[in-house]
Amino acid sequence: MYGLGVLKGFGVTLKNFARKPFTVQYPEERSVQHSRFRGQEFVWYEDRCTGCASCAKYCPLGIIRIVTDPDGGHEQEGGDYKVEVFDIDQGRCMYCGLCVEACPYDALHMGSTFEGAQARREDLVITMEVLKERPKHPSTWFRPQLERQEVDPFGGEPVESGDAGREAYRWHPKRPGDAPGGAEK
Amino acid sequence: MTTEAQHDTVDMMLNMGPQHPATHGVFRMVLTIDGERVIDVTPHIGYLHRGSEKLCEHESYGQVVTLFDRLDYVANLNNELAFCRAAERLMDIEVPERAQYIRVALCELNRLASHLLFLGTYAIDLGAMTPIMYGFRERERIQNLFESVTGARMMHNYIRIGGVKEDVPPDFVPRARAVLKDVRKGVDEIDRLLTFNEVFLARTKGVGVIDAATAVSCGLTGPSLRASGVAYDVRKDDPYEIYPYLGFEVPVGHDGDCWDRYYVRLLECHQSIHMVTQCLDQMEPGPTMTQRRRIARPPKGEVYVHCENPRGDIGVFVVSDGTDKPYRVKVRPPSFCNLVALRPMMRGAYIADAVAILGSIDIVLGEVDR
Repeated sequence: MYGLGVLKGFGVTLKNFARKPFTVQYPEERSVQHSRFRGQEFVWYEDRCTGCASCAKYCPLGIIRIVTDPDGGHEQEGGDYKVEVFDIDQGRCMYCGLCVEACPYDALHMGSTFEGAQARREDLVITMEVLKERPKHPSTWFRPQLERQEVDPFGGEPVESGDAGREAYRWHPKRPGDAPGGAEK
Repeated sequence: MTTEAQHDTVDMMLNMGPQHPATHGVFRMVLTIDGERVIDVTPHIGYLHRGSEKLCEHESYGQVVTLFDRLDYVANLNNELAFCRAAERLMDIEVPERAQYIRVALCELNRLASHLLFLGTYAIDLGAMTPIMYGFRERERIQNLFESVTGARMMHNYIRIGGVKEDVPPDFVPRARAVLKDVRKGVDEIDRLLTFNEVFLARTKGVGVIDAATAVSCGLTGPSLRASGVAYDVRKDDPYEIYPYLGFEVPVGHDGDCWDRYYVRLLECHQSIHMVTQCLDQMEPGPTMTQRRRIARPPKGEVYVHCENPRGDIGVFVVSDGTDKPYRVKVRPPSFCNLVALRPMMRGAYIADAVAILGSIDIVLGEVDR
């Protein structure tokens, strides 16, 4: 019979008509996201960063700008460089996460938000001051230790710098505020 | 009294695109028409050219993967796999088995997502609004799954040279099974809605016919070629990764018309679901990455590797000069090569069918223009 296929199609639409909608009303409701989601707002732990600039070197676009002072006052103790500028130009960032993977000290993490629209291009550059002040909600992308701790970047507690690392924090043994495990070396 | 003027007749040219909503991106066709019939078509491409191949020469091997995400932005993981396989062959790297299973499972899921998008957009091209809603709904489930594994919904950057970046989360297998169950239902819904719908049949049956010999000589690959009756599938004919261990069939069409190209993709959806299920069953715990240096320096040489993309046979040619950056990367993009078949398909068709024919080859302009 001609038209049977059309009728069959109407059956499908009718069935879906009675279904619960799959979409969510975005600003009011939000769908559940996984903690691995690589979002905006990088999380940077100042005390973990040594200024090695691995992230800047591994960024495919070269959007991370780091200026360090080798005479940061730690050179005698085998310590780190003093980071003077740490800018991430999010206007060109593609959120590939390679900078996070390159970081040997787990100082840089991906963020988890996605609502970073700005009216001006310059405002998309996040500076060291902004990074320092931000609440630390790191994404668990390429951070299995955070995944093991079941960190929830969407509304959970901020992660302290001692908990963010792969192992006990002991790269700068002479620094104050060492996490346990640092004293042995 | 009039002088006798010379009246040369010229065929009418009709410009379609680059902003036409039915051209799947910025693609322009110049149709030469005679009445209602298309007698010739000239595709104009390049509106989305970003110079990806040249950009690859300035990035180290690990970074090139991010650029390959952006070629075919509907089937990102399949592209990543193509480049990573090329680099792995260049460096002679053996990939752990678990990584291969994860790769194939995700690639087949991505093929599924890509075909679901095709089923929806093709229906839109023909004037049916409903299937895109169902197609997108099911694709959304797959993308949520991708987000939990790779950290991103589209630009994954997950498949790496020597394996995959991270192991899948512990709840991946049950989640994937639930997604597959839903997607199977969704594919069946689209099947019931479209396949034997009389209006759909009238728009696609016998439209844009291309016979097997012409298709092969045009370099057509993928589902569009298989619709013409040629059972060429890289996964079967030149197996890679763990495809030899998976049981699957290659759906083949008969007439090579638009309906066959649609139906082959619909059947491929079922095959992909079948393959992912097998991957989930066979997956064993183990390492997911080869131990190697982060900055890879392959020896001098060149390599050509091809894989089966949702759109066809993607080939990657990499020349290495011994440094950490490739000397030259050339991509054989399936969409670009499939566009060659546009002219033989469209000659003699009605103007109204031009969109139906273009939609049936399922091009992605990001890959055509690179």
